[in-house]
Amino acid sequence: MSAQTSTAPMVEMTGVHKWYGDAHVLRGVDLVVQQGTVTVMLGPSGSGKSTALRCINQLEEIGAGAVRVEGELMGYREGTKGGKPALYRLHPRQIATQRARVGMVFQRFNLFPHMTALGNVMEAPVQVLGKGKAEARERAVEMLSRVGLADRLDHYPAQLSGGQQQRVAIARALAMDPDIMLFDEPTSALDPELVGEVLGVMRDLASSGMTMIVVTHEIGFAREVADQVVFMADGVIVEHGPVAQVIDAPTEQRTKDFLAHVL
Amino acid sequence: MTTTTAAKTPAEPQRIHAIPVRYPGRWISGAVVVVLAAMVANALLTNDTFAWPTVGEYLFSRPVLRGVGWTLFLTVTSMVIAIILAVTLAIMRRSANPVMRYVSWVYIWFFRGTPIYTQLIFWGLASVLYPVITLGVPFGPELLSMDTNVVLNATRAAILGLALNEAAYLAEIVRAGLQSVDRGQFEAARALGMKEGRILWRIVLPQAMRVIVPPTGNETISMLKTTSLVLAVPFSLDLQFATNAIGNRTFQPVPLLMVAAIWYLAITSVLMVGQFYLERYYGRGFDEHVPKRGRRGRQSAINAAKTTPELGAIDDMGRPIGGGV
Repeated sequence: MSAQTSTAPMVEMTGVHKWYGDAHVLRGVDLVVQQGTVTVMLGPSGSGKSTALRCINQLEEIGAGAVRVEGELMGYREGTKGGKPALYRLHPRQIATQRARVGMVFQRFNLFPHMTALGNVMEAPVQVLGKGKAEARERAVEMLSRVGLADRLDHYPAQLSGGQQQRVAIARALAMDPDIMLFDEPTSALDPELVGEVLGVMRDLASSGMTMIVVTHEIGFAREVADQVVFMADGVIVEHGPVAQVIDAPTEQRTKDFLAHVL
Repeated sequence: MTTTTAAKTPAEPQRIHAIPVRYPGRWISGAVVVVLAAMVANALLTNDTFAWPTVGEYLFSRPVLRGVGWTLFLTVTSMVIAIILAVTLAIMRRSANPVMRYVSWVYIWFFRGTPIYTQLIFWGLASVLYPVITLGVPFGPELLSMDTNVVLNATRAAILGLALNEAAYLAEIVRAGLQSVDRGQFEAARALGMKEGRILWRIVLPQAMRVIVPPTGNETISMLKTTSLVLAVPFSLDLQFATNAIGNRTFQPVPLLMVAAIWYLAITSVLMVGQFYLERYYGRGFDEHVPKRGRRGRQSAINAAKTTPELGAIDDMGRPIGGGV
């Protein structure tokens, strides 16, 4: 695994399909995200962008294809059965270990309401990485300061604004020292005047070299920080490339239609 | 002139001092209640059958106090065992393992579906039905054998009978609590790499407690009085049995019933106080208006900013800064 990390892309999705019962929501998604780059995923609602994102950290089990993070196959172990190659499903404990290095931020924040901001950020380093309370606390304070919330350590989520809650959620993910950060519509549940503060934190994160995949409707943000823009529709990636290509000069009609609505 | 410019003008806005609405209904209903209460008090105090001096004589007598002690002991131990068992059963009901789910379902089906009185009789009869308890391979060799009368004496049979029955009811309460927690909480915890057991223990169960505590308080109070059924075992040291015994012996059943009722009411009141504090603890982060030590948070920050604007600091987002510790 470690030998692969130097050469393998951060994320590699190949031919990923996903079914919910009869609904075929991902129909062969191929995506490569290089280390230190920002990928923005655009597309109409129901196009499968959030599902694709959730497949990366195994919140969704894929139906076909493969997802690799730093070369490591997610959710399965490759082996043989009766002399033929076969996939063995990993135990939930092993999947949990794989998830620990993939940070995720949700549309609805999903902070733990019974814990303070500090408690939220300390939880996983203590419970997953086995860090000491003092060390985790120091790191949590550092992370919360980084997102501009050093004066909100002892506040419960209900006592924070939406923008502040989302920044705590970002700090919570960062405290695990993830190799990559996934953002699932991080500003969609926010009041318009609070969107800026969250995008600001994400902008700083991108400039610090964090690998990021962001599902969003914020075209302005995409223009500013995206190295790669991916446009999805009906469960497939219709178009991908740099901003200048996908947003400024789209070739596919579906991309043009979508951008005409959003811009 | 307008409200938006009022904040900038130095002139103090004139506060409204309106004449409050009158609510004559409140005074009338209050008077009715006072009269009714007086009638009840009169009925209780002037009727010699209640024999209040006798009530006072036995209220703190040794056998009654011993009965109170045993009733409390039965209630607390059986509830503790029941809660532990109930959490286990509720988690089993949600398990991915079908064997666990099925076992839990059958347990709840059986212990909820048969009367507690019958169950207590059977626990009492256990030493008759099975005089010796043996541990070993079914139909094979015995590894350990014990005298049932020693292992399952009346006290243990009573506690076991109460706890196993109660666990079935509580398991459903715990299950409801676990179901009340938002799916997003699991997802967030999973995304952080937390393992299922930790997620349950650290994230889901503490939030479920908000839903679990009120009906569990209800069950505890119910248990307090269900303990009087242990005479089915037969166990004869609890409060109800003790007061009945004295009442029958002295031919004064009514005052001794009052003694028991007063004690049950008193213990219930204490339990309710405990429940209040438990609810407040598990409501942290949810019930913003419950005052906490050294008021903090957004609401107090807003209050502080309104009453003393010169002290209300504003952060870079234009929000008043709270008194965070």
